[in-house]
Amino acid sequence: MSQPQQSGRARQEILARIRGALNDVPQDEETEQVPVTRHYRQQDDSSRAEILAVFIDRVTDYKATVHQVQESEVSTIIAEICKKYALRQLVAPMDMQSAWLPADASITVLRDEPQLTHEQLEESDAVLTGCALGIAQTGTIILDGGAMQGRRILSLLPDHALCVIRASQIVSLVPEAIRQLADAATVQQAPITFISGPSATSDIELNRVEGVHGPRKLDILLIP
Amino acid sequence: MSLEIGRKRLPMFQQQAKIALQNPQLRRNLGKATQTIRAKRALVVGEVPDWEELREAGRAIKERTLRHLDTYLLQLEASVQRAGGHVHWARDAQEANDIIIALAKQHKAREIVKAKSLTTDEMHVNEALEQVGIKAYETDLAELILQLSGDEPSHILVPAIHKNRSEIYATFQRTMHDVDIELSDDPKVLTAAARQYLRKIFLRAPFAITGANFAVAETGTIGVVESEGNGRMCVTLPQVLVSVMGIEKVLPTWQDLAVFLQLLPRSSTGERMNPYTSLWTGVKEGDGPQEFHLVILDNGRTQVLADQIGRQALNCIRCSACLNICPVYERTGGHAYSSVYPGPIGAILTPQLLGIEQAESLPFASTLCGACYEVCPVKINIPEVLLHLRGEIVRERQQHALKSTFDGENLTMQAMAYMFAKPARYERAQQLARIGQLPFEHQGKLNHLPGLFAGWTSARDMPGIPKQTFREWWRERERGRPPKHDPDAAQTQLQAQPQVQEQELQQGYKQVQEGRQ
Repeated sequence: MSQPQQSGRARQEILARIRGALNDVPQDEETEQVPVTRHYRQQDDSSRAEILAVFIDRVTDYKATVHQVQESEVSTIIAEICKKYALRQLVAPMDMQSAWLPADASITVLRDEPQLTHEQLEESDAVLTGCALGIAQTGTIILDGGAMQGRRILSLLPDHALCVIRASQIVSLVPEAIRQLADAATVQQAPITFISGPSATSDIELNRVEGVHGPRKLDILLIP
Repeated sequence: MSLEIGRKRLPMFQQQAKIALQNPQLRRNLGKATQTIRAKRALVVGEVPDWEELREAGRAIKERTLRHLDTYLLQLEASVQRAGGHVHWARDAQEANDIIIALAKQHKAREIVKAKSLTTDEMHVNEALEQVGIKAYETDLAELILQLSGDEPSHILVPAIHKNRSEIYATFQRTMHDVDIELSDDPKVLTAAARQYLRKIFLRAPFAITGANFAVAETGTIGVVESEGNGRMCVTLPQVLVSVMGIEKVLPTWQDLAVFLQLLPRSSTGERMNPYTSLWTGVKEGDGPQEFHLVILDNGRTQVLADQIGRQALNCIRCSACLNICPVYERTGGHAYSSVYPGPIGAILTPQLLGIEQAESLPFASTLCGACYEVCPVKINIPEVLLHLRGEIVRERQQHALKSTFDGENLTMQAMAYMFAKPARYERAQQLARIGQLPFEHQGKLNHLPGLFAGWTSARDMPGIPKQTFREWWRERERGRPPKHDPDAAQTQLQAQPQVQEQELQQGYKQVQEGRQ
């Protein structure tokens, strides 16, 4: 039996089974008639200072490092981090602004233009990206492929991730972030990645080990 | 695990549990794991002031979804197709496996990377692929450990929790030949070895299979939450991605994610947010897989949907909070349930998915303490469904005339019903039991009853019938005489007022019923 035919038949049958199973639901019931109360917090009225403090606290709690820096210092701090961890090859999205990149001659910047191969990314040491949003409540940064974020693979293969976020990009609650991402998902069909601390596992006797497949280190540079 | 794709009866939980209880390592590991995760969960749930509102929203969204499941699945199909993805429908595991095998063959994929997914465990897709010569690599660390050692998962979230580091070390030594790491039993070293072993496979595999935690009907977005990054690898590196979802995983709108991305991580790992959440919508040119297939699987779920009480089991978001809180699961572990879905949720989901006659011991694998209902982030009333299923099992047995005639439990219950129907009969039975219990009574306790009742007294004492019951004491008191044992007098007294007593009983029963409503 050919695939589309089989799938078409399966589709009809599953839909028929569902309708049969739901014979207690009135025929004319509209989806909106099943009440959904959304009394959970949609927005946080705390001050900006409080929200930023929570963000820093939560990110740090999940073993990432936060550097509070002025925009003019970004390049220097990145060079310092690279030096500290002996990071020589730094991957950057093709639209990464040059002002953020380290000027140090010992650090090679690999721009994703033309697209870097899996092997090049695998052999690199670190990646520098911007981000779309941060969530204070959960200590999360979010990449949606927008400005200075590049392809998803860039922030995945290198072992050390560096991410620059502006204070104005940080929201307090998950629902606020989801609202702001609606356009990225619906209009641009952008792939979205939530990152909360470095990759981790607790699979062996429930001992937490940082870093399985994603970057094992995460540094976040926070610009006021 | 003997869960086959076909309809094969599962082993009795009660027997499997006995085996598990004799394994001290299992009990130690499980005790540590469940206690640790429970404490973490309590801490992070406690810091959310609107937790109850989130739970209620989660429950309500699931109810709306299930009541209009056909509408939302069709909307999801259209959204995924609009975003450049392909949608397949599979009535059962076999059909889903066939779809995946056909796609893998079409792309000449000999190696497939796979992110942890209970739905694909349910399908036994790895075995199906192996039969046609395609190797599927489990990439979640725990699943990899189990795959390399030929073992089965014992927990939804931490499937290899029954294994010790020394066993994992031995497995890796035996199976991982091309890693240049000096192996030891240190979890850090073992994790690093797994990273290196799988990295090579990730870089060359052309094809990935994942499950789906959520699928948003409105946008066609699929979501996978995880900790290790293996999920990100699977949805980013290969050229072809196939995601399998049960029909119940659909969510109506984008904003619904705000609810479930709060409920799931806190209930599951006890984290405010899991390290990685990937959300993708169809295909994005120049970023990630350039071909995306969504397989929508029934495999018994419409059967669950048809039961108005049991339906709520489909609310489940697979967090495993009910496993960690369950006093039964904590002691027996997952293997005793012989099912992909262990613990309280497994006890209500598995019998409904497979057909109740295939797993009729599972609804009894519970003390009905209700802790699972309290922690459930989508408010599944597990005790309610357990009782409902127990009722179904008894009704099913009673329908078989022959079975019910010779069924000890059924006969006992019928005798009890006869006995409880009239106060006089009840008191007579008590009097008889008082004599009958003599050989088994020790200091007012029964601790070694024979036959059917041995199941009760093997684990706990049962109080014996006292020398004088309350009603006997009351009658003595009314007469103003000291207690005296005269069965005939008691009988006369009883017969004098059966009308009144029955009325009282009826009234009391009615009050209890009303109180419940």
